[in-house]
Amino acid sequence: MKLLSILRAEGRGQDMQAVVEQIPYARFLGISVDRKGNEITTIMPFTHDLVGNTTLPAIHGGAIGAFLEMTSVIQLLFDTACERLPKTIDVSIDYLRSGRPQTTYGRAIVTRHGRRVANVRSEIWQEERSKPIAVSHGHYLLTPY
Amino acid sequence: MDQFFNHLLEIPHARALGLTLVEYSDNRCLVKVPYAEHLVGDPDTGVIHGGVLTALLDNTCGMAVRTPGVPRSEVSMATLDLRIDYMGAAVPHQDILAEAICYKRTNNVAFVRASAFQTTADEPIATCVASFMFGTANEPREGDAGR
Repeated sequence: MKLLSILRAEGRGQDMQAVVEQIPYARFLGISVDRKGNEITTIMPFTHDLVGNTTLPAIHGGAIGAFLEMTSVIQLLFDTACERLPKTIDVSIDYLRSGRPQTTYGRAIVTRHGRRVANVRSEIWQEERSKPIAVSHGHYLLTPY
Repeated sequence: MDQFFNHLLEIPHARALGLTLVEYSDNRCLVKVPYAEHLVGDPDTGVIHGGVLTALLDNTCGMAVRTPGVPRSEVSMATLDLRIDYMGAAVPHQDILAEAICYKRTNNVAFVRASAFQTTADEPIATCVASFMFGTANEPREGDAGR
């Protein structure tokens, strides 16, 4: 991504908020990034467009999956300062609780960073960090196909 | 056109993504997401974000469990597990289709597989397997009402 190279050249390679602002789908989901030192948290405020079940109401499983994936990729970019977007090879999602009409937070950890592939685990929660609503683990390709 | 085709319009997130049901039969659904600028994941290339595929596949799998007339199609349910393999980037400015088949349903769980493609089903851009739990709570929760 051009932006990643520009940010890196400007010494802002870890400005993930600037990155999400450039990704149309991240803007559509309303995702922002909060950085405290070397830790980042992704934030997805509740909007009506995220609803998948209007009776409960609950956030759509697809929006939850997308937020987990965004959280994983942002963490990878933050950790590695690479200049291209990693490509998702696979992702496995466990849905633990229904997503309530509240702000959702996400954290990810790169469990292994190889030369070509990175393994990333993510979890997202709402009111209580100890009660995640969904977790994922995925593999990401760091080199072109 | 029967009522099932309107189902996606009642789901705000499906509406926001522009999902439309193309066709269905018992335990099987074909759903389309039209290319749109707000779904782009890489502004340099215009490629749709992988999260859109996740949402498309999740929704299509769920609908395959609920095609009209199949057993337990009216029971409330929730996604338990979703696993997706990405075979390659979607070609920009082209619609994406997803076909899901619910191949087994038990008293508690439905098992579904699906693939997403652009030209033909022989050339998938992503495949997935999902399981759904039947009989999950579907009453407004205390404290959430009206929010």
